[in-house]
This record gives sequence, C-alpha cells and structure tokens, in this order.
Amino acid sequence: MTSGPPDGISTSTSLDPHLRRYAARAAGMTASEVRALFAVASRPEVVSLAGGMPNLTALPLDSLSTEVAGLISGEGLVALQYGSAHGLPELRDQICEVMALEEVRGHPDDVVVTVGSQMALDMVTRIFCDPGDVVLAEGPSYVGALGTFAAYQADVVHVAMDDDGLVPEALREALTACERAGRRVKFLYTIPNFHNPAGVTMSVPRRSEVLSICAAHGVLVVEDNPYGLLGFDGQTYPALRSMDPDNVVYLGSFSKTFAAGLRVGWVLAPHAVREKLMLAAESATLCPPTLNQMIVSRYLATHDWKGQVKAFQQAYRERRDAMLAGLSQYLPAGCSWTVPAGGFFVWVTVPEGVDTKAMLPRAVTARVAYVSGTGFYADGLGSRQMRLSFCYPTPERITEGVRRLAAVLSDELELAATFGPINQRAGSGPQVPAPDTA
Amino acid sequence: MSDRCVAVLSGGLSHERDVSLRSGRRLSTALRSVGVTVDEWDADANLLARLREHRPDAVLIALHGAEGEGGSVQTVLEMLDVPYVGSDSHACRRAWDKPTAKTELARAGLATPDWVVLPHSTFRELGARAVLDAMVDRLGLPMMLKPEQGGSALGAQVVRDAADLPAAMVGCLAYGETVLAERFVPGVEVAVTVVDGVVDGSDGPVALPAVEIDPESGVYDYTARYTAGLTTFHTPARLDERAAAAVADLAVAAHRLLGLRDVSRTDAIVAGDGTVHFLEVNSSPGLTETSLLPMAAEADGRSLGDIYTALIERAVNRSR
Repeated sequence: MTSGPPDGISTSTSLDPHLRRYAARAAGMTASEVRALFAVASRPEVVSLAGGMPNLTALPLDSLSTEVAGLISGEGLVALQYGSAHGLPELRDQICEVMALEEVRGHPDDVVVTVGSQMALDMVTRIFCDPGDVVLAEGPSYVGALGTFAAYQADVVHVAMDDDGLVPEALREALTACERAGRRVKFLYTIPNFHNPAGVTMSVPRRSEVLSICAAHGVLVVEDNPYGLLGFDGQTYPALRSMDPDNVVYLGSFSKTFAAGLRVGWVLAPHAVREKLMLAAESATLCPPTLNQMIVSRYLATHDWKGQVKAFQQAYRERRDAMLAGLSQYLPAGCSWTVPAGGFFVWVTVPEGVDTKAMLPRAVTARVAYVSGTGFYADGLGSRQMRLSFCYPTPERITEGVRRLAAVLSDELELAATFGPINQRAGSGPQVPAPDTA
Repeated sequence: MSDRCVAVLSGGLSHERDVSLRSGRRLSTALRSVGVTVDEWDADANLLARLREHRPDAVLIALHGAEGEGGSVQTVLEMLDVPYVGSDSHACRRAWDKPTAKTELARAGLATPDWVVLPHSTFRELGARAVLDAMVDRLGLPMMLKPEQGGSALGAQVVRDAADLPAAMVGCLAYGETVLAERFVPGVEVAVTVVDGVVDGSDGPVALPAVEIDPESGVYDYTARYTAGLTTFHTPARLDERAAAAVADLAVAAHRLLGLRDVSRTDAIVAGDGTVHFLEVNSSPGLTETSLLPMAAEADGRSLGDIYTALIERAVNRSR
C-alpha cells in the first residue's frame, strides 16, 4: 500500500533557501565526520585527550563567588552597562603588569581588551589581510588561527619547526619563495611558548633571528602567547614583543591563567595599529563584557593570582608527567613525541602507514579521543601526527587514555601492514570551527 | 492532543551520537507540539534507574548506531517490560546487519546489488592484494565499500580506481572489523519511509512518498547528508508511476520480510533499466533537520508529531 500527496506534484528543496547568498568564505563550513566524532568525546566514558580545556579545579570558587556578588551589589550599574571598546582602564594597567613578567613594556593606551585572544586574532587578520594575502605560520599551527585565516581567505604558508621552535632558515626560504612568486606576505603568526599543538618553545637566540628576518623582509610578527606563564618550572622567556616593540603585535589571554569562560584577552599593538584594532573591535562587539573585565580586574587585585598560576603549573606538570610516562610505557615502537616544558600539549608522530585522521573512529570506539594532525595544517599535511592534550583529565585518566590509544595504534599498524602504505589524503585542512573545546 | 508521558532516548556512545542528539531534539519538539509530555534521556548508566523510577507510557528510540538500531536497547526495554516505539530486538538485529538484510531480501527474489562480506582478518591472512583483486573481478569498479553495520554513511565510500581501494578499506575498517563491498549501481537514489497503522484506515505497513536524493557532489556522504544546501531532495521522487509503485513495494516488502514494525526507512536505487535495488533498511531512521523521514511525512501531509503520537498508542496497546 502506498500513501502520497494529494496533488502528486514533486517539490524540490535543498533545505537551505539562502544557498545563493553565502559569501565565498562560507564554502568550507560544512558538516564533517570528524566533528561528529567529537560529540562522543564529551561523554565521561571517553578519555578525551583532544580538547584544550584548562583545568579549573584549583580555582578558589568560594571567594570568587563572593567577589562577583560584591561587584553586582556594589557596582552593578557600571558592571552591567556598556563600556569602552578599548577596555577598562584599570584592567589595561594590570595587563601591562602581567606582560612585564615576560619583559614586555607596553603602555596601557596601546592595549585593547578583547573577547578572548581569539577575537584579537580575528581583528588583526581583518585589518591586515585581503583575500589571497599570505600569512606565514608554524607547521603545525593552532587550528583556531587557521580557521580565522581561512575565514578571511588568506593563504597560509607553513614554516617548519624543530625542538627549538620555528626554524629561521625555513622562514627565510618561505619569505624568499613568496617574494619570488610575487605574493604579499602580511604577517608571521607564531606561538613561541609551549606551542599549540607542537608543545615546543622557541629558543631565545632564535627569537632574535626570527625578528631580524621578518624586519629585513618587511613582515609584521603576530605573537600569540596564551601559555607563556605556564612553564612547569616557573621559567619564562622574553616575549618577541619585548625585543622588537615596533614590529610585533602581541596577543594575550586570561583563559589559561584564570578563567577561559570569562573570555577576556587582549592585544598590545603599535599605536597606529591599535587605533584600527579598536575600531574593528567596536564594529564586532561594541565593547568587551564589562562585568567579566571587572571580575578579572578584581581577581588580579585581591587574589594571589601568581600563586594560583604556580598551582596551575604544578597541576599541569603532574599531568604532563603522567602522559610522558604513559607514552613511554605503552606506545608501540616507531612513535615519537615532543617533551613540553609548559603548556597543554604533546605532539605525537606515529609510524609510516598510519593515518591518524582515518584512525579516529577506531579510537572513539575504544573510548579515547585525540585531534589528528591534519587539523593543524592548512595544506592537508599532518596525517602521521596527532595532538594529545594533558590539561584536563586527571593523571590516572591520562594514563588510561594513553593505554587505550596504544591498543588502537597497534590495531592500526596491523591494518597498515595488511594494506600497505596508504596514499595520504591532501587538502583536508582544518575543520571549522576548532575542536579545541571537545 | 495527547496526554501521554514518554521518554525519548538519544545520544549514546556510537559514532552517530551527534546525529542522534539532533534526532532526539527534533522528535521531542514535535511531540511536545501535540501535547505529549517528553523526558529526553541519554543512553547512559542512569538509564535503567530512570526507567524504573519514571515508568514512561512509552519510550521512543532516537538512538542511532549499534545501541539504537542493533537491538540492545530494545532488549533492555523488553526485559523491563517497558513499551517502546519501533521494531523488536530480533528484527533490529536483522536490519542492522546489512548483509543479513540483503540476504533476506535476495532470498525473497528482490534485487540488491551483488556483494561480498569480508573481515580484516581475511585480507591479513590471504594477502590484501589478491583478495582486493578478486573483489574487483567479482564486483567491478566503481564499487561501494561500507562497514557491515553502521549508518549516516560513516566509513562508506565509492571506489572508482583500484589504486584507491587499500585506503578506502582502511577508512572503512576504522568503523568496524568487517567490510561490505557492493557492486555500484548508478541510478536514482531514493529513501522510502514505511509506517504501520498511521495512514487512515490501514493497520499494516504503508509507504510514504519516496524522497529522491540528488547530492551536489554525486555522493550522498556524511557531509552531503548533514549540510543543508549540499543535496537537493525531490518529494515525491520524480519517478514514473510504475517505478514509484516498485520502490514503495520494495520498502513494504523489506519492512515485512525483516519483521520490522511501526516505522522503517528503506534506501534503494532505481537503475536505468527501471530495476529497484535494495541497499539497506533503517529501524531507527534519522529525524534531524536534514533527514528523510520528516520530508516524507510532510509530503504526505502529516506532521512528525502526529505520526509518532499514533505510534506511541500502538506501543502502549501492544503492552496491554
């Protein structure tokens, strides 16, 4: 038996009446299998070594709640009102004190408070990049940055890294190649400290060299430094901005040193750039959230925030140690990984023949999640790499997660042995948006 | 309007969790719009306690993947004697395992693309190259590769070149240990929803209007399924009267032969010569914004809420 419409006339739909209206930059914004798999990673049965969520368990929640209540009752008419696109003056003063810990000397007027440093990155890209412009970035690079560059239709050219960070010779070669090809390089995007995803730190001598190369080629440097204060031994490194204030735009964040959910970050830029960034910020959000800025400001003023950062360092060191021990104990021969001295991430390279993107469903079945290296390249590389984050799970869960991952890798190696070397799929690029909160 | 209290199960731990959550939300909204009281539950360690405590009038399973379609949740509900909408655990198992479903239909004389089923171990023990060559000799190219169990086209690929077969095998085996390889049949891809006792005056299975699927990329993969705008759907399918009747008959036959009840969705291909080939059947069809069952219902002048309210009553009556 069949049922049917009264008139029998077929109707056609693509389910999106706005299809012809989208900008070209929306072309890559599609559903993907990989993103769907991350939905499973949020379940407690799964050990997620995928997301970059800070571990907030050490925060003094009781005293914070008292502070927030006090802000609302005492200064609510200011806290709940619009503010300036520039950000609260007292917070900008405090941000300069925070940056001084990494030898940055900035004037509060040159700081613009943003909705997380992600927004700062978006604004910087917006004011500098036309479609087709080139952005240089480490290979691999932060997936959220690649998503932003893609949104503004900038082309990313990756520059190789090693255990000391960005390789100056590779930078020189990339710049020369772009110049020969007549391509406009707008800036170098770099995460010098405890890199996401690679886990490595740019050595101090290299910092000078990288800055010199960029200056010689007339290329701006965008320094993204969310992890700089999270060295496990408390060590810090001179920020690139401290070494070349006129040619470096510096992005900072309270997401890793205080509370990611408040979404408070900042950009410190040379004066002329700052003016444009402020106008860009105004058109994007009018102003950063006043209440959240006041919470951060009050926290910096009344809490031992440096002591809290030490507690974070300790917690992350324990988790890093658990991950490294697990990797050494369980991972099959032929795997290698970076040893981070701070931050959240270990970058693992697996034996030839294993495609970490293709392996992800098997890992999810085994109740462990990671991010395939392909997400951190704009050009489809990274299929032999994966990012493991140790920031969020307990050390015991990290050990269990690595044990599960090792079993998955062994099975995948068996598949690779059966079917031989697989042609790596190029051009997959980063998923949009970033899975850093999975 | 209905005064029933039901639980919608969605989420779970399968690869299709995200799709399932969306199906569950849409179904819950549809049911609330017709007055049903709905609890939305994940299929997790709290499920049995919740079922015992709340005793819903019926459970609706919007779980996809092995939990919702492979019969395991149905078995639990049967043990607890909780009424639920959908096929029983045995029928779910038959439908969930694609080779089993294809075998049942082929035995009944219905067309389905020629196929072979092979586990990873066979390739490992006999040598991948030789077995892959034999597959190509038997099925030709292009060839469809699918996990023998699974949905949402996860792990499924059309292989057009023998050189791409090893990579496609690795991608497919990431979703399960065994591969179903099928001869590729070009033609018009259709999905036919079958419902029991919903269409006026009928207690048995009735096919709703077929939905024709026309993906922009030519392949109805995960991205084409769940990104609005990448696939054009024609409802009813642009088939002549004879072909339209044939796809409806096939879907009803699949529903009956596999012992399915309440609702199912059969996917099929209408080849150039008019032959309708069975591909697979889903005992827990997707209900997302881009899913096919809601389109078929709408084309038939029915709301999702009306269909599932009627199915709830069937489930409750079965338990009496």
